[in-house]
Amino acid sequence: MNFKNFREYLAWLYYQYLLITGIYVLEPWEKSIFNSILFSVIAMVIYTSYVFVPIHVRLALEFFSGIFSSQPESTMALMN
Amino acid sequence: MTTQKNGPGTGVASRQHRQESFEQAPMYVAVMTYLGFGIVTLFGYFRDFLRAVGIEKCHLAQEREEQKDFVPLYQDFENFYTRNLYMRVRDNWNRPVCSLPGPVFDLMERVSDDYNWTFRLTGKTIHNAINMGSYNYLGFAENNTDFLKTVADKLCQYGVGVCSTRQEIGNLGIHEELEQLVASFLRVESSMIFGMGFATNSMNIPALVGKGCLILSDEVNHTSLILGARLSGATIRVFKHNNMHSLEKMLSEAVCSGQPRTHRPWKKILIMVEGIYSMEGSVVRLPEIIALKKKYKAYLYLDEAHSIGAVGQTGRGVTELFNVNPADVDVMMGTFTKSFGAAGGYIAGKKELVDYLRSHSHSAVYASAMSPPVTEQIIRAMKCIMGNNGSTEGIRRIRQLAENTRYFRARLKEMGFIIYGNDDSPVVPILLYMPGKVVAFAREMLERKIGVVVVGFPATPISEARARFCLSAAHTRAMLNQVLHHLNEVGDGLCLKFSRLKYSSCPDLHEETDSELGS
Repeated sequence: MNFKNFREYLAWLYYQYLLITGIYVLEPWEKSIFNSILFSVIAMVIYTSYVFVPIHVRLALEFFSGIFSSQPESTMALMN
Repeated sequence: MTTQKNGPGTGVASRQHRQESFEQAPMYVAVMTYLGFGIVTLFGYFRDFLRAVGIEKCHLAQEREEQKDFVPLYQDFENFYTRNLYMRVRDNWNRPVCSLPGPVFDLMERVSDDYNWTFRLTGKTIHNAINMGSYNYLGFAENNTDFLKTVADKLCQYGVGVCSTRQEIGNLGIHEELEQLVASFLRVESSMIFGMGFATNSMNIPALVGKGCLILSDEVNHTSLILGARLSGATIRVFKHNNMHSLEKMLSEAVCSGQPRTHRPWKKILIMVEGIYSMEGSVVRLPEIIALKKKYKAYLYLDEAHSIGAVGQTGRGVTELFNVNPADVDVMMGTFTKSFGAAGGYIAGKKELVDYLRSHSHSAVYASAMSPPVTEQIIRAMKCIMGNNGSTEGIRRIRQLAENTRYFRARLKEMGFIIYGNDDSPVVPILLYMPGKVVAFAREMLERKIGVVVVGFPATPISEARARFCLSAAHTRAMLNQVLHHLNEVGDGLCLKFSRLKYSSCPDLHEETDSELGS
């Protein structure tokens, strides 16, 4: 398939999305409802991941590094 | 009764008709199909809620306010699928056709202003759309006045209506002539014709079997066979489609244990199969079924609605395709709607069977006899196929259909579509799977002036929606090439090429096309 420009390619991708999700058969106002719900869910996922994922990753790394680095000290304490 | 000599091509035929493929689509396709159905179902619930609350006007039949306290007449959930999915997309079915259903036809254009609840005709006609949906296998749906001369003569002689049943005073000489012709065509002793193909099955099976008999019917049998089986009152057991192990297990279990509670032996065991299954495009495994039937002493009912005239070297159906003695099949049934361009059905077999049916079948006793011009159309079509007067028109059509079938199927596999069925069958189902793509496919093909039939949920399993192409001897190579070209474009545009098998095309296929292009 030859696409004359990028807009045509985007339009074809939108068409595929309509066909795969089955939205193609619905009326225009139903399409808008579904698109807005999906868009808001995706926006919330992106926002949450932007705000929380770095903090969670940092905490997880600290937790695991804490286990591995504090191990020799605790065995020494027990032997005492 | 003459036995059939082995024709020259039997070795090739038996090798070819073992290739049936039912390729499974990749997993993501099944997931997306269910996702599509799930989302549309959710919206269906939402719209039903709006209708119940009163925000939206309901276009369907509803009870009046005063009747709401009584027993409900319209069960809401039963029509859920019809109301919420079929109604949205029903512009792809029941399209009005305004010419004869030949290889090209005319459609009336219709639009809808309220999302397919009502339609209006714009007055314009879509001319010369290529017809890939009619069961016009040998191209006998034609209006050439030379060919139809005898039909017009009989119309002038007998009129159109018979105004009686066969048993009373509607048995015309032309009916007897057709019955003898059908019997000699199929190489059996005797045959009987009926005015309607569906009624041939549904009204004659109750005459053959009754309570205390067992019917073993294939999974995907046609509704007429199922209806006839249910009307008869016999016990029905279903075996897996074309699966001989399943059938043999059921046969041996039936013979050993007998009827369910009393363990008396079954009065009759009838195996019901079709020659070509119209939704799958597969061909029955006749030699194996006949071997099983002889071993377990069962009877065989073969419904050749789609295969008579369309397969076999001289068009005599699956018995000729597999080189089987027609006397081995106990009841041969077929219809004249598909390959002969008329209407009606027949049942053929031994003389005792047909004589019994003449007096005991509901269709024979109560239904109106076949109309004379229709009878004459069948007679002229059958004589053409049999090659009377030394004309080769019939053989030419059969060969053209076989060639069209081979070419079309090979090209489709090359392009990468998933196709079901046997390589010899002129019914070609292309799997589309997703509900949105099914609808988009039908609409896109109509825009390119090709009429196709798409089939969805109640007629097929829910995840296997398909488009069904019926090839015809009247399609020229140029028409098929045009259809294939558009199929290629639509297949790319809608991403329908799911096949993962590598297909190596035969070299002679392309030589033929090249020589045509060069000439």
